[in-house]
Amino acid sequence: MNRWIYFAPAFLVLAIGGLFLYVMVADIDTKNIPTPLKDKALPEFALPSVHDPDEILRNTNLSDQPYLLNVWATWCITCRVEHPVLYRLAQDEGVKFIGLNYKDSRDEAIDWLAEYNDPFSKNIYDEEGTLGFDLGVTGAPETFFVRGDGTVAYKHVGEIDYDNWNNKLKAIYESL
Amino acid sequence: MNHFKFLLAFFGLILASVSFAAFDDHRFPFDDEGLKERYEALTYELRCPKCQNQNVADSDAPIASDIRERVYDLLNEGATDKEIIDHMIDRYTEFVTYKPQMSFGIMWLYIIPTAVLVIGLAFIYLRSRKTKEAAAPEQIDEKEQQKLNELLK
Repeated sequence: MNRWIYFAPAFLVLAIGGLFLYVMVADIDTKNIPTPLKDKALPEFALPSVHDPDEILRNTNLSDQPYLLNVWATWCITCRVEHPVLYRLAQDEGVKFIGLNYKDSRDEAIDWLAEYNDPFSKNIYDEEGTLGFDLGVTGAPETFFVRGDGTVAYKHVGEIDYDNWNNKLKAIYESL
Repeated sequence: MNHFKFLLAFFGLILASVSFAAFDDHRFPFDDEGLKERYEALTYELRCPKCQNQNVADSDAPIASDIRERVYDLLNEGATDKEIIDHMIDRYTEFVTYKPQMSFGIMWLYIIPTAVLVIGLAFIYLRSRKTKEAAAPEQIDEKEQQKLNELLK
């Protein structure tokens, strides 16, 4: 037997330590859980629009174009911060946003959009949060990047700002 | 004795409130004791997706309450435990359960330590056999014996 075998445990420890160090040093995001909906179609739903209770929005009649499905609510402070950015992106870069008003009150949502501008081409009213649940939403804001065929490409948790938009999210949107 | 009665009533009230809290643990009434037990087991095993490390039964996060509600509804619809867990995994990934399903990646977590242990034990066993052989007195022939005797003189 080779005497190198005596060093095998030390090598093993070094290898495992190296792996841990790699995960720590390399910019691997272990907290952000990728959405299980990736490359799958949006779940089925039929919910009223925020502005018109009689208009029923479904997964099938939302859009033929790629869009960003933004989960928002008037009680969500970060959404308030994010909102002007979404509006500017919609205005200046023609980004298509569809809103998912999550566990909110319709009147407050309408007032909010009137007061702070409305970046959304459509707005789903999910009062009970049922669609949010099926989407795996854990809070607001969250933004789903949806392709023209209705499949999900990416989920962004937290607000969109110019920094993460220009460095990362814009490229994902353009690849849809 | 008035004092005593007051104290009795006072602590009686406190005790009553405590037992009430324990009784009214969740806002979901169950007619069936079996369903209630399954509800408790499931919410204990499911992990709150928004929290650091808390199960759904323990967490006050809105999402944990949504999951409890969905577990309650699914139980009453007659779903099996596995169906309920899969329902949550479909929406909130494997993160949502404290008992991850066996997969190719997870298998190695069990295989590698076991393999290292087995290899280590085998190594120790083989080595101990070798040292025993080495420790056994070597046979020496007559010539060597003579030489040895001379040296020992």
